[in-house]
Amino acid sequence: MQDIKLHITDREGVTHNVDAPTDMNMNLMEVIRSFELAPEGTIGICGGMAMCASCQCYIESKHELPEMSYDEDAMLAEAFHVKDNSRLGCQVFVKDNLDGLKITLAPEE
Amino acid sequence: MNMIKTDILIIGAGPTGLFTVFEAGLLKLKCHLIDALPQPGGQCSEIYPKKPIYDIPAFPEVLAGDLVSNLMKQIEPFQPGFTLGERAQTIEKLEDDTFIVTTNKGTKHHAPVVAIAGGLGSFEPRKPPITGIANYEDNGVEYIIRDPELYRDKDVIIAGGGDSALDWSIFLTDVAKSVTLVHRRNEFRGALDSVEKVQELKNEGKIELITPADVVDVIGEGNVKGVSIKRGAEVFNKACDHFIPLFGLAPKLGPIADWGLEIEKNAIVVNNSLDYQTNIPGIYAIGDVNTYPGKLKLILCGFHEATLMCQSAYQRIFPEKRYVMKYTTVGGVEGFDGTKKEAPKAVVKAIT
Repeated sequence: MQDIKLHITDREGVTHNVDAPTDMNMNLMEVIRSFELAPEGTIGICGGMAMCASCQCYIESKHELPEMSYDEDAMLAEAFHVKDNSRLGCQVFVKDNLDGLKITLAPEE
Repeated sequence: MNMIKTDILIIGAGPTGLFTVFEAGLLKLKCHLIDALPQPGGQCSEIYPKKPIYDIPAFPEVLAGDLVSNLMKQIEPFQPGFTLGERAQTIEKLEDDTFIVTTNKGTKHHAPVVAIAGGLGSFEPRKPPITGIANYEDNGVEYIIRDPELYRDKDVIIAGGGDSALDWSIFLTDVAKSVTLVHRRNEFRGALDSVEKVQELKNEGKIELITPADVVDVIGEGNVKGVSIKRGAEVFNKACDHFIPLFGLAPKLGPIADWGLEIEKNAIVVNNSLDYQTNIPGIYAIGDVNTYPGKLKLILCGFHEATLMCQSAYQRIFPEKRYVMKYTTVGGVEGFDGTKKEAPKAVVKAIT
């Protein structure tokens, strides 16, 4: 199984190029936490249930992402700092087709 | 002012806090719980009551809401006290090394042991990122509607698209002079009844809907005089007496962060190898709110931590007493309410 490259810009504006495994059922929020790109307690607060927006990120590349679930869409309807390219990191899973994905973490609420 | 007295004061009525009552009860220690939410269960009740949990030992699957009702049943014989809908605000250590914890509503609790089972913190209203909004809080900006009479004959603007935004918009049409609801989307995601009712009130001209739009600024000097609303590229001002952002709740560590406890990564540092005590003797932290090397935020870990914490609490409260842990299968469970559960005894009786 091969890792894919992700380009993640943290809340300080620093871009990190990380290798993320595709065989661990990880989502973007978990990748960010595993590399400690945002302090614990400021991301993934609800644990990945699409029930907070602490892992909101902006998708900056043209990759095709899975469709939003009802829960994710509902959360983004109430979240702050939402843009057209906003997604919840916890709902986007690391798959081969996301190799080279560029994302930027939304500001902390 | 009445003082609530107990043996272990538990801050946070989530699964870890609730199970603490059971383990303390086995040691004949009484518990009282404080929680900012109006109901027990913490995140399990507030965030995901209908979601399944698969890693509670011996429960292949249990809904979070059911886990809470089971825990409530399990601890019922130990008659825990509850201060709900109030947030633990301040703590004071007395000369005899006991503590007084006061809530934001002034309720005082006195106990020799404080167990913080605060999870991610207390649930507070989510505040929109509007510059300077804090200056208007309680001067026309309210995140929680405490007394609807405040809005009698006033012009009110509500922001949000969930159930509470819909329900309060409906309710306030009978109280306020005017009600305007601002939401970022055209669609609302509340209970069907509420959505239909708002539609009806809009058709009757009793609610003004502004969608898809965001409130981007608050206008006024001291008191709210209006808000600035952005719809697409257009930005316009709208006069009002009150602006009520209703964007749901989010957990914040809150006042506990100022209690002099050692904090790391938004959690309270504890001694994992012994008893989950904090840097202040007599104050423990258990469940999601604590941290130590290797910490996992799991309900099952919270149960374990609560169990060890109670043993230490017992030693603290009764330093002179000797005690050995007893299995419930052997000792049964004697409630403070006079109930006793125990394994059925075999009888010796001749069969003739």
